[in-house]
Formats: sequence, C-alpha cells, structure tokens
Amino acid sequence: MPITYTSGEQVEVYRFSIPVTIGVPLLALFIQAFIPLRFPGFAAYFDLPLLVTIFFAMARRNPISGLFTGALIGLVQDMLGHNKIGLYGIAKTVVGYGASSLGVKLDVETAGARFLVTLAFYLIHSAVYFTVAHELVSMTQQWSWRYGILAGLGNALLGVLIYYGLDRFKQRT
Amino acid sequence: MDSLLGRYRNLSILVGILFLQVLGLAVQVKRGSSEDTRLIRIWAVGAVTPFERGLVWIQTGSSNLWRNYFYLRGVRAENRQLKQQIAAMRIQDVRLSEDASQARRLQALLEFKEQFISKTVAAQVIGSSGSDLSRVVYIDKGEDAGIKRDMAVITAEGIVGKVLTVYPSVSQVLLLNDQSSGVGALLEKSRLQGVLRGTPNGEVVLERVMADEQVQPGETVLTSGGDQIFPKGLPVGRVTKVGTGRDLFLNIQVKPSANLSQLEEVLVVVEKQEQQPVAEDNVRIRAADILAQRLPSVPDKPADPTAAAGTSSAQTPVKTGTTHSVPSNGVTVESGADNGSQIKPPAQPKPPKTSSTPLNQQPVNQQPAGDEARPN
Repeated sequence: MPITYTSGEQVEVYRFSIPVTIGVPLLALFIQAFIPLRFPGFAAYFDLPLLVTIFFAMARRNPISGLFTGALIGLVQDMLGHNKIGLYGIAKTVVGYGASSLGVKLDVETAGARFLVTLAFYLIHSAVYFTVAHELVSMTQQWSWRYGILAGLGNALLGVLIYYGLDRFKQRT
Repeated sequence: MDSLLGRYRNLSILVGILFLQVLGLAVQVKRGSSEDTRLIRIWAVGAVTPFERGLVWIQTGSSNLWRNYFYLRGVRAENRQLKQQIAAMRIQDVRLSEDASQARRLQALLEFKEQFISKTVAAQVIGSSGSDLSRVVYIDKGEDAGIKRDMAVITAEGIVGKVLTVYPSVSQVLLLNDQSSGVGALLEKSRLQGVLRGTPNGEVVLERVMADEQVQPGETVLTSGGDQIFPKGLPVGRVTKVGTGRDLFLNIQVKPSANLSQLEEVLVVVEKQEQQPVAEDNVRIRAADILAQRLPSVPDKPADPTAAAGTSSAQTPVKTGTTHSVPSNGVTVESGADNGSQIKPPAQPKPPKTSSTPLNQQPVNQQPAGDEARPN
C-alpha cells in the first residue's frame, strides 16, 4: 500500500507562485463552465475545482491554507450557479481542511495514494453538499451510491493525471 | 482558554469559517431573493465570462472560415434542392394561410386576444454553471441589449428557459430542465393543461394532469401562456412516458424539443404584443398563382395597336371554373387559364386599353368565393 505514515518533518511542504495560485483555480472554474457546452455529461461526473482544491491542500500540507483555498474556490463556483451561495463553499472548505490535514500525516505523492484520497474526498464532498442542500436549503436531492462511486472513480482517475501536470508548478519551501 | 484555542487553532478556524458560511446561507434562505448576492455574483461572472466569450469567438470564427471558404462542395446541389423545397413549401403555405385566416376570423368574432412575439434578440451561449445541480447557461447579451429578468428564451425548435439574472453584458438563463423551473404547458390534442417542471436528474415532467385523463406518448406539448412568460402555442416537447404519479396526478415525462444540452444560439423574446387578431379577407393568394410563377410566362408584345388588340383578346382568359387536381402536392387548384376554344376571333378585337395580362399577374381578388384554392 503506497500510503505510509510519516512524521511531520519527513513530508515535504510545497508552495506555489501567485500566478499559479490564482490562475489554476480560475482555469479549472472556466473549463468546468465551458466544457459542458460541448460535452453535456462532463458536469454530471467531473468536478475540476474539487480536484484543484485537493491538489493544493495536499501539496501545501497546511490546514488553514487548505480550508481557505477550498472555501474560496467553492464560493466562486456557487456564484456561477443560481443556487444559494455557500453550498459548494462549505463542502470544499471541509475537503480543503481534510486533504491538507491528511497531507501532514501521510505521504500522498504516489499515484495510488492520490487515487484513493481523491475518491474518498469526492464522496465526502458529495455527502456534505447533499446534507447542507437537503437540510439547510430544502433542495430536492437524490443520493445514489452507484452514481457517487462511478463519478468518484472518474474524478480520481482524472485527478491523478491532472496532479502530475500540476506537480511542475510546485516550489520547495 | 488561550492555550485551548492555540492547541485547536486549525479546528477553531475551520468551525469559524463554516459557521460564517452557514450563517450566510441562512440569511439567503430567509430573504429568499437572489438580488442580495447580485454584487458578488457579478465579480465571479466578470472573472470567467470574458475568457468564455473569447473562446466562443475563436471557435465560431474558425468554424465560419471552414464553412464559408473550404466547405463549398455540394453547395450547388444543395441550393437546387432547397429551391425545390421552397417551391413545395410555398404551395403548402397556401393551405396553411387559409386555415390561419379562418382561425383569425373566428378569433375576431370571439373578441379573442392573443400574444405575439414582436421583437427578439439573438444571443450566443457562452458558458454554463459547470454544475449538474444548477442547470443554467450564460448568453452573451445583457442589460445593454435590452434583456430583462423573466424574458422567454427560445430556439426554432422550442422553448429553452427564462432569463434569471441580468448583468451588463451577459445574462444567466434558467433552463427548462432545472428543478426550480416551471412553465405553463398544455397538450396539443387533448388540450389538458399542466405545469412543466425539471427534476434533480435533468428530466422534464408535466405535472398537475389528473390521473383519470388519457394521455398518449408522442403527443406534442405546447406552452399555455399561463405563466405570463412564454406566449401561448410555442413548442415545448413530446410526451415520452406516462405513468401514475402521486396525489391522483399523472407522471408525464416530456422530451424537450430544443436540445438543452447542446445550445449554441438562442433568441430572447424582448417584446410581446397582446392584440386582437384582424380578419384579413382581402388578401388571397391562390395556389394557381404560385404555380403560375413557376411556369414560363409570355413576354410583353411591342406596342402595336392591332397586334396588341389581337394579342390581348387571345391572351385574355375566360374563366370556366374548371378544377384541376395537382396530385404531386395534394392541392386542388382552380385554373384561371383557358384553352383555345374560348378565344374570341381576331375580327372582334377588344379595345386596346385592355392590356396583355400574363397568368401570374392576374388580379387575385376578383375571383368569386368558389374560385379559391382549397385543400383536399
């Protein structure tokens, strides 16, 4: 199993330049909004802003930074839709915090670890969104394990590929 | 206390951020209106839509280049085919205009008022929300183009949705299949009325039709005009499945006529007119006239009085009321042309003032009522 327990001193902490910090989430939001016009099923299965949130959180290994990154990306994603602002914000805040906390304790640099972490956080994200939307906003939602796991696997696979591309922008602290 | 907060600093910040967002959600739910969040939504839309607009522009430009310059093979054949199609449609149009004028006469008798689409603005779809839980698209026209909230958005195939939020240069359109959308609709044949709604998984259902009514799959669904957004009679879609719903209502699934998942250009209805239809009895176009336009006409003769008189008498048709059936298009045509047996001899010419009148220029309003083209 590629996930190994390490001490905080053993894991490497990365940072990113300002253009990358702002540009990559914006690009993810832009692609997420544009691709469904040509490939309608894309928005139903893939969540690029979530993958970017997980990547930044895992690389920085700082829970505060992770939760703020998640909150900001989630809130902008909310603003592009017509639902109440805060649904994606809350879900991605939890994911950002969780992924960075996990990054502190575990080595999540290998493809297998990244795949499993992304799958798990996709399901957590969906569960938090579903709960908040259902309980706080009274939105009609349908929960499907089959759909969730399928979409989670798809996102995990896409995530592993995207993380390899984004690794180029990492800078050692 | 300080040490406790210091120890759980990360967790405290997480709880604080989550609390703030929940509070914000609660305020939005309590107020109900989306106008409170308009300002921050403008920032997000302003950050993303310029890129989308640019990409759509590049994409449209390159595809236009391909279509207009490189992809000209078969255009001539297509043009010929389209001309034939137009001719056939013009003949069909005669039948339809007869039906329409009859309907207008009846509506005028009943003092019936109806809404007409009087002005539309064409817009291009440049983006979406990027989420399956919010089925909205962005179009490249906003306040600057006269777009307002709750305007109907349509395509040639059918209705698309309504304008939800308007920004200076873009607008957000709520699609028909979003779960928060609702459209007044009626079934074309049975005239049963209901409310069209989207479902969380993106399907469209017609609600509020009683379970004891007969609805057949394949039936066309039209707008009823009851929502005050869409004018009555616009195509919505077709019934695909009819099942038993809850509370004594049918569960009718509808496939939208417009392809909501691949929208490119749409029309926003910016102006509607409510008026009483006027019966137009004086404008009649016969199928014979349309057919005559397709036939080669006799050119005008030089202004020789004798010849003109002879020609005139030879070409002036005498109406016989003979009915010819045109099987190719199914339209029965009343022919105004005559055969040689009805032509008067040259010894008794008509006065020169009676000019030569080609078949396709004959006055159409002088026919008796029975001379009109009638559908089979």
